[in-house]
Amino acid sequence: MRKLFLDVSAAATAAGIVLFARLVTAVRGLWSGSEPVARQRVYFANHSSNGDFVLLWTVLPPRMRRATRPVAGADYWNSSALRRFIGRRVFRALLIERGAGEQGGIAAVQQMSAALDNGHSLIIFPEGTRNLTDTPLLPFRSGLYHLAQARPTVDLVPVWIAHLNRVLPKGEVVPVPLLCTVTFGESLHVKEGEGRDAFLERASSALLSLAEESSR
Amino acid sequence: MNALSELLRVLGVALGFLLIASLVAQWLAWRQPAGHESPIIDNLTARINAWWAMVLLLGAACIAGDLALILLFAFCSFAALRECLTLTRTSRHDHRALAVAFFVVLPAQYALIAANWYGLYSIFIPVYAFLFLPILAALRGSTDQFLIRVAETQWALMIAVFCLSHVPALLTLSIPGSEGRGLLLIVWLVAVVQLSDVFQYIVGKLLGRHPVAPKLSPSKTREGTVGGIAIAVLIGVGMHGITPFSPLAAAGAALLVTCMGFLGGLVLSAVKRDRGIKDWGHLIAGHGGFVDRLDSVLFAAPVFFHLVRFFYADT
Repeated sequence: MRKLFLDVSAAATAAGIVLFARLVTAVRGLWSGSEPVARQRVYFANHSSNGDFVLLWTVLPPRMRRATRPVAGADYWNSSALRRFIGRRVFRALLIERGAGEQGGIAAVQQMSAALDNGHSLIIFPEGTRNLTDTPLLPFRSGLYHLAQARPTVDLVPVWIAHLNRVLPKGEVVPVPLLCTVTFGESLHVKEGEGRDAFLERASSALLSLAEESSR
Repeated sequence: MNALSELLRVLGVALGFLLIASLVAQWLAWRQPAGHESPIIDNLTARINAWWAMVLLLGAACIAGDLALILLFAFCSFAALRECLTLTRTSRHDHRALAVAFFVVLPAQYALIAANWYGLYSIFIPVYAFLFLPILAALRGSTDQFLIRVAETQWALMIAVFCLSHVPALLTLSIPGSEGRGLLLIVWLVAVVQLSDVFQYIVGKLLGRHPVAPKLSPSKTREGTVGGIAIAVLIGVGMHGITPFSPLAAAGAALLVTCMGFLGGLVLSAVKRDRGIKDWGHLIAGHGGFVDRLDSVLFAAPVFFHLVRFFYADT
């Protein structure tokens, strides 16, 4: 009974969040290089706002939404009952421990690989933290590379989220309605013998090229 | 005849023409060989479908009453303001000014129109928003591109909120002999300006040879512009019965609003070219954004409002 209640309220909350995101941003998904089909994927996106994965999640077709889990910091999403409910029940986030050094990194990649083995798709932010600078993209952390090596057949899809940082900049409470787009690019994989830096560089420029495309 | 039955008659004629347009589009699509869908016909169908929605929505709001009409235009202003501000160079330092523009200035403007306070709604944005939004932006302390940021914000408010609000403001005019018929003035204005756009497009596609403003809007032609405006003026004269205008005055007013509409379209095309975009938005399938569909109304409405107020209304 309690589980049913939690599931129903999670579904209602999810619908409310999607409706709100659409009302404020009229968000539109642009599939430019990959298609909205139910393939297993790791979506990697730029991260400049707390609402980033909500927007990405909103433009996915509902069937794909249910199979797609955002990877998020456990410290943030465990810090209150409401956040726990939204993080675990609504978005079914894969919570990882941040800042635990190399051991933590290995554990996070193992967690993500296990989720992929269970058939889920993932949303990750390879910059590792919110980008509050004026540069479009921070240097990628190595997690994306280790995940790509651990599960080399999974499609890595770059996703550029445009304008959301202007809708709700850090420290503001009231969102300003602006049109947002979420652009999905062509998937990539780690190449035979490709080193970490070369791969991260390639992934990062694939994401940046979508930024230029989405501003046209 | 009372205003409602005249409204229903106009609505009936509009829906009749839309039905014909839909049938023609269906026939054109049906004539296409299988597997050779034409993007032009798809776009035509999308445009006509959007017209159904817009005509039905405006008609329903007119029947529901003044408040519904004011709310409908307030929503259009919201969508148009969102499209304009997305294109600006505003930064996070403008966040409060932008929030005030959306959640204070916009509702206040339409509330003043609902309250029929001409003295304030005609100067609220050009004077008070003009002075106070830059103050809010300045207090945040960032001077980077300051003039551009505040000017773009003010321009967006003028276009999307101030200009558009002059359509429902027609409801507040008291015209001797035409009490309670303000909504028919709205119907006349919207019909003439929008049909001018439609016929400029159709005549231009059929007969257009010479571009009229190749740098701003390559698809607009001299033939289309003159032909479209001429047809719209005839429609305006034909519909003069629902307005306080004589046939001659209706022709003059229709010429004025269609010319303003045409020029407004050029101005907003110039903005689009400057910012490197094709459409303002995507919410009206086949047309683009709200600003794409309303561009000519935005420029025609304030001029039309003051024309009617000056020559016909008790002030």
